[in-house]
Amino acid sequence: MKVEMNIDDVAKLARLKLSAEEREKFSSQMSDILSYVQKLNAVDTTHVQAADHVEAVQNVTRPDEVKPSLDPDSFLKHAPLGRDQFFIVPQVIE
Amino acid sequence: MSESLMDLTLHELSELMRARKISSLEVMQAKLARLKEREPQIHAYIRWDEKAAIEEARQRDNVQDHQGSLWGLPIANKDIICVEGVETSCASKILSGYIPPYNATVVERLRGEGAILFGNTNMDEFAMGSSTETSHFGVTRNPWDLTRTPGGSSGGSAAAVAGGLAIAALGTDTGGSIRQPAALCGCVGLKPTYGRVSRYGLIAFASSLDQIGPITQDVEDAALLLEILAGHDSKDSTSLKVEVPRYREHLKKGIRDMKLGLPKEYFISGLDPQVKVAIDEAIKVYTNLGVEVVECQLPYTEYAVATYYVLATAQASSNLARYDGVQYGYRAPNFSNLVDMYFETRSLGFGPEVKRRIILGTYALSSGYYDAYYLKAQKMRTLIRQDFEEAFKKCDAILTPTSPSCAFKIGERMNDPLTMYLSDIFTISANLAGIPGISIPCGFSKEGLPVGLQILGKHFDEATLLRTAYAFEQATDHHKRKPVVR
Amino acid sequence: MDYEPVIGLEVHVQLKTASKLFCGCSTKFGALPNAQVCPVCLGYPGVLPVLNEKALTLAVMAGLAMGSTVALYSKFDRKNYFYPDLPKAYQVSQYDEPICLGGKIDIEVEGTRKEIRLTRIHLEEDAGKSMHFKGDTGVDYNRTGIPLIEIVSEPDLRSPQEAYQYLKELKTILEYLDVSDCNMEEGSLRCDANVSLRPVGEKKMGTRAEIKNLNSFHNVEKAITYEIERQKELLSRGERIVQETRLWNADESFTRSMRSKEAAHDYRYFPEPDLVPIVFSAKEIESVRVSLPELAQRRKERFMKDFALTAYDAEVLTAQKDLADFFERCLKYSKNAKAISNWMMGDLMRELKLKDLGIAQSPMSPEHIAGLIELMDQGKISGKMAKDVFLEMFGTGKSAQEIVSAKGLSQLSDSSQIEGVVKKVIQENPPSVQDYRNGKKNALSYLVGQVMKATQGRANPKMVNELLVKELEK
Repeated sequence: MKVEMNIDDVAKLARLKLSAEEREKFSSQMSDILSYVQKLNAVDTTHVQAADHVEAVQNVTRPDEVKPSLDPDSFLKHAPLGRDQFFIVPQVIE
Repeated sequence: MSESLMDLTLHELSELMRARKISSLEVMQAKLARLKEREPQIHAYIRWDEKAAIEEARQRDNVQDHQGSLWGLPIANKDIICVEGVETSCASKILSGYIPPYNATVVERLRGEGAILFGNTNMDEFAMGSSTETSHFGVTRNPWDLTRTPGGSSGGSAAAVAGGLAIAALGTDTGGSIRQPAALCGCVGLKPTYGRVSRYGLIAFASSLDQIGPITQDVEDAALLLEILAGHDSKDSTSLKVEVPRYREHLKKGIRDMKLGLPKEYFISGLDPQVKVAIDEAIKVYTNLGVEVVECQLPYTEYAVATYYVLATAQASSNLARYDGVQYGYRAPNFSNLVDMYFETRSLGFGPEVKRRIILGTYALSSGYYDAYYLKAQKMRTLIRQDFEEAFKKCDAILTPTSPSCAFKIGERMNDPLTMYLSDIFTISANLAGIPGISIPCGFSKEGLPVGLQILGKHFDEATLLRTAYAFEQATDHHKRKPVVR
Repeated sequence: MDYEPVIGLEVHVQLKTASKLFCGCSTKFGALPNAQVCPVCLGYPGVLPVLNEKALTLAVMAGLAMGSTVALYSKFDRKNYFYPDLPKAYQVSQYDEPICLGGKIDIEVEGTRKEIRLTRIHLEEDAGKSMHFKGDTGVDYNRTGIPLIEIVSEPDLRSPQEAYQYLKELKTILEYLDVSDCNMEEGSLRCDANVSLRPVGEKKMGTRAEIKNLNSFHNVEKAITYEIERQKELLSRGERIVQETRLWNADESFTRSMRSKEAAHDYRYFPEPDLVPIVFSAKEIESVRVSLPELAQRRKERFMKDFALTAYDAEVLTAQKDLADFFERCLKYSKNAKAISNWMMGDLMRELKLKDLGIAQSPMSPEHIAGLIELMDQGKISGKMAKDVFLEMFGTGKSAQEIVSAKGLSQLSDSSQIEGVVKKVIQENPPSVQDYRNGKKNALSYLVGQVMKATQGRANPKMVNELLVKELEK
């Protein structure tokens, strides 16, 4: 079964801009991969529990204790743009 | 080829260090000499700091009372595990200039034993690949044949160990990224049980599949390193409170009492005949050692690759969404507004394989497709896990080829992602089931390329895996063969 | 056509923990930008979350107090979207298996009681804050990872007043539980309102608008009122309501469409693989239930029964937990509950309000209030004197006894002293004495007044009365 993906919508959702060449190449590759994945449909999983978590671990918590935070200078100096202890980005419009 | 301390194993060097027959500085100098000689051909590393390494070696030598089992010995790090103050980029442009402000738990543990983290090895970008060709920093070459890939994604680590550029190295394994390159480079590569080694500080690819493990020259080194790396970590909610055995003490217990399973689903038509020959030989070795070899079934094996590529890419699409140019790493130079900054940064910062997987993963989670892809794959994962639970009722460990073929030519599979994905067919199931697996050298092709034998074990039963691998190693000398690098 | 408003509220409440939901950074309000962050809440590559156990307990407490069913199994999910204040580009939240399901809050509007059903309560982490500068935007991640519960109501509210009462009740419960500070100015309680209209009698829901940026309970009421009118007008003109997110502008009292949220969202929820499920036994949930503090409704009933307070007094005193606590602390020093209630609700609250203080900042301690009442009850000061003493206590923070002693204000209750004055007044006022003896009984009050005057008001009026009558009838 051939499966097609609306690659433009998906790329937009993932914040990726594709060149015309990438778009064409990926579209056909995605189609191959998705068609391959269809083989899973051969298995009836109606009554199978989804493996949301790998091991049967539960209730892992830590006590409500304050630990020292980082010195803002230590990470802001590596930021693409920082000023007055803020990370700076282009204007956000609400 | 020069005689070098670098041809000794970690446990041998550890003995010499303890007896004060060598110094950390001597080991470090041997390593730097090797790098000068071979690194230009192999390109196993992305970066290292020679000055810092020498300085650290001197500091170790100055301490009179050293207790750690890795005192003064350099361990190579994969460029995906965070070391405070050392640029860590996952071989991606998008993380260029990223300097972690903290250490991964495994880094703390290795340093706690006196080890020196030396150099970050090359890898597929964000560990997405099976050949180390998707790295932003260029390909790594297989020391056994420089026209071939070392496998991946931990190809830099495997090539460094095989090529005498590292005594031992860290790797990470999401679908075979430790075991497959170890097999293709003739090393030992161990992927522990999910939850055995803390993931804190491992830059996530697929959170429910990723594990850190060692790539070494022999099984004893793997046991030595696992003893240090394993154990519960309160910073990783998925790490388990399971006792860590002293693996080295288990190695020599012998395997006479054991039953080994051969899953018929792994001996398929796509298997390279030369690999088949080597594996058959390996089975004979075990039979001669008095082990009972039985056939077993893993019927859902054929669905593993499809299941894996849905789950791994979906989780990756979320894990890699944070690379947007706001806080760290790369930000595109030109953009018209905030949203455009995201698009430009991510489009210029990620390579094609990463983009491909992000798109696939985003799709698998998107509205209207979640049930058909992600949920379906999560259910398949349960079935694959149950496959192993059933199989392990009949045997103590399972033997399979690690990879369907030996090292392939650089560029050979780059234009066909599906074929590339299928080269992980034998390793992926262990990640889906969460069980441990090890690859050990078990022979060579006519061209002199290494073949790897994979041993899969029960959850948290790395001791049995290592014991099984060690018995084979003692009975053979494949692991002693070294490549001639010119 | 007549329309009926249908309103549902989503309330985000900051849980009262010292550290964040998944890391050890402080939750204190008011720090410098990015001073309370670490690799975990900044979402740096390689970090992993570990759940704060107190946040979990507080969420369960809130659920139980609101009659929710605490889930025996719940899990965290990732909600994926790109925004600069979301450092991982996903928010850890709960999607299809939240910690609490159902529940209700009782409200009373204009004398009518009504039950507002809850859909769910879930745990999640807060996002950071954007500061809009001229030309660009600064991002501060101090709030990132602060533990929140989101309390989602069913669309059971029918008027802005009901919405207001619902929030008031909710806040009272949360304060009683000590689960949150509920401080809207500091962002520890935030509310979004879903508002739609439908023709009266219609069962189907109309198209709703989601209103954000509601920074006080009064603004919630005002914004909903505005939104109802806006939608009514559109419908009356035959236009359609657009499903959208609208921002409330509190300064100019109107809502406007939010541009950045125009595109339909696809949050791509999936189970958070870095966290493990939360599993409770029925016994564990029960042990939290029995440890819950007494809530307002129960306390009000107890106040009425044990202290014979009126329903109104008990309601006012228990509406705020700290007020009710203050009342009960007063009772340790004086048994006169009615007097305590009167002083608190009258003079004390009036003075606090004038100074814009809360009960927690009262310059008068419960012990002092009770001391004042004791002096009155022992007849040492009169009611009129007490009013003056109260004001001085409030101003200086001194006890009633200190003030009374210092000024020599204490009431004259020594009968021999009063007797002397009484005799003197009788001697000096023969006409009034004559009037009294002739049957004009109200002449007595004039004579009492004269005694009080002669003692500068310090004489115990009851004693004065008795002694005068005794002397006059001799």
